[in-house]
Amino acid sequence: MKRFKTLYTAAVILLAALTAALAGALILWTIGADVTRTYSVIAFEPLKNAMQIGEVMIRAIPLTIIALGISVAYRCGIINIGAEGQMSMGILAATAVALAMPDAPRYALLPMALTAGALGGAAWGFIPGVLKARLHVSELLSTVMLNYIAAQFYTFCLRGPMLDPAEITMGSGTPQSMRLTKAIWLDRLVPGTRIHAGVWIALALAFLTWLLLFRTSWGYRMRASGAGERAAKYGGIGVERYLVAAMVISGAFAGLAGAVEISGVHRRAIEGVTSGYGFSAIVVALFGGLHPAGIIPASLFFGMLLVGADMTQRMAGVPANVVTALQGVIILVIVAARMVLENPYLAERVRVRLFGSAEGSGEA
Amino acid sequence: MDFAVNILALGVPFSVALLIASLGEMFNQRAGVFNLGCEGIMAMGAFLGFLAPFLVGRGGPTAEIWNYAGILMAMAAGALMGIFFGLAVVTFRAPQGIAGIGLQMFGVGVAGTFFRHFVGGTQSIPGIPAMPIPLLSKIPVLGPILFSHNPLVYVAFLLPPAAWYVLFKTPWGLRVRASGANPRAADSIGVKVNLVRFQALAVGGALAGLAGAYLSLCQAKMFSDEIIAGRGFIAVALVYFGHWRPLKITGGALLFSLAQALQLAIQGRGINFPYEFAVMLPYVLVIVVLAFSRENLLLGPTALGRPFNREIRT
Repeated sequence: MKRFKTLYTAAVILLAALTAALAGALILWTIGADVTRTYSVIAFEPLKNAMQIGEVMIRAIPLTIIALGISVAYRCGIINIGAEGQMSMGILAATAVALAMPDAPRYALLPMALTAGALGGAAWGFIPGVLKARLHVSELLSTVMLNYIAAQFYTFCLRGPMLDPAEITMGSGTPQSMRLTKAIWLDRLVPGTRIHAGVWIALALAFLTWLLLFRTSWGYRMRASGAGERAAKYGGIGVERYLVAAMVISGAFAGLAGAVEISGVHRRAIEGVTSGYGFSAIVVALFGGLHPAGIIPASLFFGMLLVGADMTQRMAGVPANVVTALQGVIILVIVAARMVLENPYLAERVRVRLFGSAEGSGEA
Repeated sequence: MDFAVNILALGVPFSVALLIASLGEMFNQRAGVFNLGCEGIMAMGAFLGFLAPFLVGRGGPTAEIWNYAGILMAMAAGALMGIFFGLAVVTFRAPQGIAGIGLQMFGVGVAGTFFRHFVGGTQSIPGIPAMPIPLLSKIPVLGPILFSHNPLVYVAFLLPPAAWYVLFKTPWGLRVRASGANPRAADSIGVKVNLVRFQALAVGGALAGLAGAYLSLCQAKMFSDEIIAGRGFIAVALVYFGHWRPLKITGGALLFSLAQALQLAIQGRGINFPYEFAVMLPYVLVIVVLAFSRENLLLGPTALGRPFNREIRT
């Protein structure tokens, strides 16, 4: 019986992976691309040399941090698709701190900038949390709307208050802030790559998230609220409070990811820093089973996919947007496969169909 | 006076994409399925509506026909995507919110991929020209507001009453409403709930595809990645706002597009207000509207968002 269960799970997962790969192949085939070549470029090129592996890592860092936040919210029963906007607000807050105090020493400025980033994201996560808890506004709609609002606010800040003075005098007009003070730069860890100290932040947060979710009563109550709202309320859990808290945590993680991204990679606020991380992180969180131990490898995998997609453009003539489509398919396949796996009747029916009645060979 | 007429004449065509998409979403939700992938279907529809006239219809005597071929393709693709979504949320009973995000990313991603491959960069098409109705368009105030638009706008005028009739006066409409309000009762009198939900998803998808095609063929006369700009999500919000009723939804769509037209008109007059904040307004409006329509949820289909499984008692 146990062996059947393992086999069944493996078969469902394999089938799901095949479906996703097939859907991707169908898209590639429609645009007349070489399917095997595209897949092999995505799978092998990002791992070819140290520099490329570094690129994978620096994409995995924000993905991990944001996905951890999303999984906290998801487990509490609130789906945060606003990470993109929360990340933008985090970037703005961190940049504002760095611009306001250009001469502050590193030990003071770096923590302050990162905290400001987290607070900026938390504020942007607080809004949909409260709206959901108090006024029953669907977080799916409110977070999407806040994404659009944050995107506009972001460009407003980069074109207005935060615009690099040099851009005004030189006249190229690129909407970006000036290069931020060295005091907030995160160290580059490996020469020849862009891997930065954000790796440690991501790993520490993964551990903290695990502690929070699985080793504290807070985390327990959050998970209970997500698993069954009515049962949790009956058990005396103030579900509304935990909803807001989960969204604030989720937003803070996304905001922090933004602050880490500018202090580790870009070193100034420019357009396109978020570049879809907020959405990719949803896939990462689901793919990683909403568990920190799964999210870290999942974010490496999707970091590879993102780097690979940039390369297919050059090497196989396939637009990088294909990875967005692929991520969409992966979400659909994962949520469908989870329902199949969680359905005990279906498993039993398959077992009876394959091995005969309940006393059949499945016991062996 | 002229200013008001201008805003109304601008706002009416703006409302069409929202109106068509939210009527489609209304059918989905009335049948009990919350389709957040509307945005993705619209992106796909916008691209396909653009593609046919761009590839084959340029110049030539048949240009007009290809515009309509684009619309048909967009609607067919929309219906297919609706069915594809149904596979995940009706057959496999996946949670609808997150699956909708998957469909949205899929639609936007595929449209973007195809656009870069088949078109390359920003290209404009002649699109469907305005077709003022001969005598009516000469009426002083109403003429420019109601009767000087392109044919799809007139079609859109007919849609709300048509949707109302289908939903409330036909057997199929009754089955849709029953599947969303009380699937178990519907099942007990022989309604194939899941089949009805698939049908509603196909209808809703086709309408969302049409809405997308309207944006690229009639409104923007081009395609870009940002062409939908959240209209799919706003359409979903409008269904709540409009209490799942075609005529109230129409009112909501008009309200939103008038706000947008007003914003454009104010900018056109050179009033110094940051452009970005003007663009934010409709999104802020959605959140405000949702925050003040808490009790609306009670008016909605009771089984909205819940997969139906006839083997499990609920």
